[in-house]
Amino acid sequence: MTLMRTLLNSFRQLAASLRMLLIFTVVLGVAYPLLITAIAQVPGLKSRADGSLIKVGGKVVGSKLIGQSFTDANGAALPQYFQSRPSAAGAGYDPTASSASNLGPESIVDTLPDPSVKGDTGKQSLLTQVCGRSLTIGKLYGVDGSRPFCTPDGVGAVLAVFYAGPGYHGAITRVVSINQSSPAAPFISTYKGVTVQLGKFGEDYAKGKVVPVRGNAPAHPAVPADAVTASGSGLDPEISPAYAKLQETSVAKTRGVTVSQVAALVAKYEKGRDLGFMGEPRVNVLQLNVALDKDYPFTKK
Amino acid sequence: MSSTWAGIVFLGTLILALVLVHKPLGDYMARVLTGTRHLRVEKAVYKVGGVDADADQTWGRYLRSVLTFSAVGVLFLYVFLRLQQHFGHPYAVPQMSRSQSFNTAASFVTNTNWQSYSGENALGYVAQMVGLAVQNFLSAAVGIAVAIALVRGFARSKTDRLGNFWVDLTRICLRILLPISIVFAIIFVGAGMIENLHHYATITTVTGGSQTLPGGPVASQEAIKELGTNGGGFFNANSAHPWENPTVWTNWLEIFLLLAISFSLPRTFGTMIGDRRQGRAIVAVMAMLAILSVGLQLGAQTAHHGTVPTAVGSATEGTEARFGVPDSAIFATGTTLTSTGAVNSFHDSYTSLGGAVLLLNMMLGEVAPGGTGSGMYGILILAVITVFVAGLMVGRTPEYLGKKLGGREVKFASLYLLTTPLLVLVGTALAMALPGERAGMLNSGSHGLSEVLYAFTSAANNNGSAFAGISVNTVWYNTVLGVIMLLGRFLPIVFVLGLAGSLARQKPVPASEGTLPTHRLLFVGMLTGVTLIVVALTYFPALALGPLAEGLH
Repeated sequence: MTLMRTLLNSFRQLAASLRMLLIFTVVLGVAYPLLITAIAQVPGLKSRADGSLIKVGGKVVGSKLIGQSFTDANGAALPQYFQSRPSAAGAGYDPTASSASNLGPESIVDTLPDPSVKGDTGKQSLLTQVCGRSLTIGKLYGVDGSRPFCTPDGVGAVLAVFYAGPGYHGAITRVVSINQSSPAAPFISTYKGVTVQLGKFGEDYAKGKVVPVRGNAPAHPAVPADAVTASGSGLDPEISPAYAKLQETSVAKTRGVTVSQVAALVAKYEKGRDLGFMGEPRVNVLQLNVALDKDYPFTKK
Repeated sequence: MSSTWAGIVFLGTLILALVLVHKPLGDYMARVLTGTRHLRVEKAVYKVGGVDADADQTWGRYLRSVLTFSAVGVLFLYVFLRLQQHFGHPYAVPQMSRSQSFNTAASFVTNTNWQSYSGENALGYVAQMVGLAVQNFLSAAVGIAVAIALVRGFARSKTDRLGNFWVDLTRICLRILLPISIVFAIIFVGAGMIENLHHYATITTVTGGSQTLPGGPVASQEAIKELGTNGGGFFNANSAHPWENPTVWTNWLEIFLLLAISFSLPRTFGTMIGDRRQGRAIVAVMAMLAILSVGLQLGAQTAHHGTVPTAVGSATEGTEARFGVPDSAIFATGTTLTSTGAVNSFHDSYTSLGGAVLLLNMMLGEVAPGGTGSGMYGILILAVITVFVAGLMVGRTPEYLGKKLGGREVKFASLYLLTTPLLVLVGTALAMALPGERAGMLNSGSHGLSEVLYAFTSAANNNGSAFAGISVNTVWYNTVLGVIMLLGRFLPIVFVLGLAGSLARQKPVPASEGTLPTHRLLFVGMLTGVTLIVVALTYFPALALGPLAEGLH
């Protein structure tokens, strides 16, 4: 009798739970989002709810809030446009694959490319990615691209130091610049008197002590921080005013206009901190480039 | 103004707003949860639902209602996700695998919102709205309901009744969470968050490339995602995604929302037990821990110690240009101190010490201020332990808020405290012992261990944020983390309601000269100390091998 009652009670409890869940599903899962979607149809809200799309000549070219790449088919920067930040979203600025790099602050050791596989790039550490971007951007805009912990050829300046004794004690027996491979030149020739060798694909350096080398690059490099780091979303629509400033001359030259004309447009799309303290100053890249195309059209030579 | 100073002002305005809102919101919640009148719409819900709204439940009955309702929730969501490909979405969505559906169902019902999937290509709009958003409300409401039941345990005497789960659940959803969500969802649309049911559209970009833009009912989900300390993003990039967090002031609002309820509940507690000083003492402990943590975090991130941050000149990897480093650090602190787990920047790329602070935040058991409800009952358990420890020191039977803390009460509190560390440490050890699971780490060495430790800490504490480099969409991780989320949520709830039941039965003991005053600074200090010491002793070895080893190397 008690068993029957317990079973009956449990069943009642289950049925009540399911009914309550269904009621809440209708209210919170159907009515609530549809109500908000309906309210979002009001003029003024609708364009935002639809994605703050930007149109050129009646055709949608993107969203004000979603960044895009301004590169050619090979991924090289198109000099007539301001460049966005590096992106880890898919192949770059792919809104169907929003993502950060998720590489850590001590991601400094690369997997070298396999020389027997054509076009293999290996697996770059975050440090090497940062160094490489800095070097490329520095060259592109004619400034010093060097950074702390970077080699002159744009990879992480990291040594594997092997000791004779256990626990990294005793004499140094071998030193390898593990992110550099042939035909590069080691970024320093000797380390504590021992000749520095180049890394080789497939060699195991796990027994060596990993030593990043600071070098004498300036602590505040000429290429700004946001230009060499990927954003959280991979879709960052904005860059820092410093990165925009770096690009002004090159964009102006390519378009055959004066730097002050371009700088005036940058200033127009530059936003300070909201209320003076929220967030960071920033420039919307897509809006700026669309305005450039409108005001100072680029004609291929 | 320098970036750091702007960040400090940003933090200051958040604190001010929380101070201003905690009284009215806390009092409002107390009124909602102690009122005797049912609204007409609520009566209709009870009638259709077939529940007796006037029955006062024993702790066992209350617990059974919580567990049955949550079990039905997991099952329903699981089946729903397995069938999502049939719902006629605007675009083709694949079927979700068995292990991932289980993981996701467990994740959303436990208020964790751990996501081993990526929203923009694994889920359709129907699954996001009808499946997930519903649990964003319900799991938050269950947390608050359990906290309120524990408060009633202190407030009531000589009874075995703790209130009615169905009434608590319904009122929290309809009178607290829904109205606030509606207001903020509309504000969010105004800021540029999308809210539509469009097809994914492929457009031609300025340079002639192509880009596929998704759609979705994002703003409506975003409001409850923060308010209910859920944190499950509509998109993979979560609150870093410009359509989930379009601008710097939505960033401020999101942080505010995810802290609002948890910092107001101590006021509700004080009001319900008829001694607001007690609520103030609790909120003081929460605030102290939170300010300490955010200070450390801001320090670590702006000092940007470490090889890559030094090379960059700033800890900008994984942060958005509009938010910058300080406002990202404040969001990260808020999301790990509560059980939210939403992110506006990617923790895996934080400085080693910044990452360690985020881990510590979760390891504190998320009590400063913690998830909606779960933070409140978490800190009350720690208060019980503190009073017990103080009692041992002076050799008296400890009492808290007029209730004696005997063997039974202390056993429940201790079991509660042991559950999460056990799940975290055993889980991490298992994953590190299995070669296949170890291989899922993106980063190697101590940072890899941090990724695994972070995953289990996040799951067991129902946080849901991640050191996202680790590949967790495997049958093993999906299943094990799913089970850990369920145990990490419902075992503590069993102990909390058990404690509530035995407290409610007692008759109050009048305060005497030997009673430890629990509203004074001394107690605030002791509770803070106990919270920190318990965590430090439990997790120090694991932290030393992970982020500390990385940061000090």
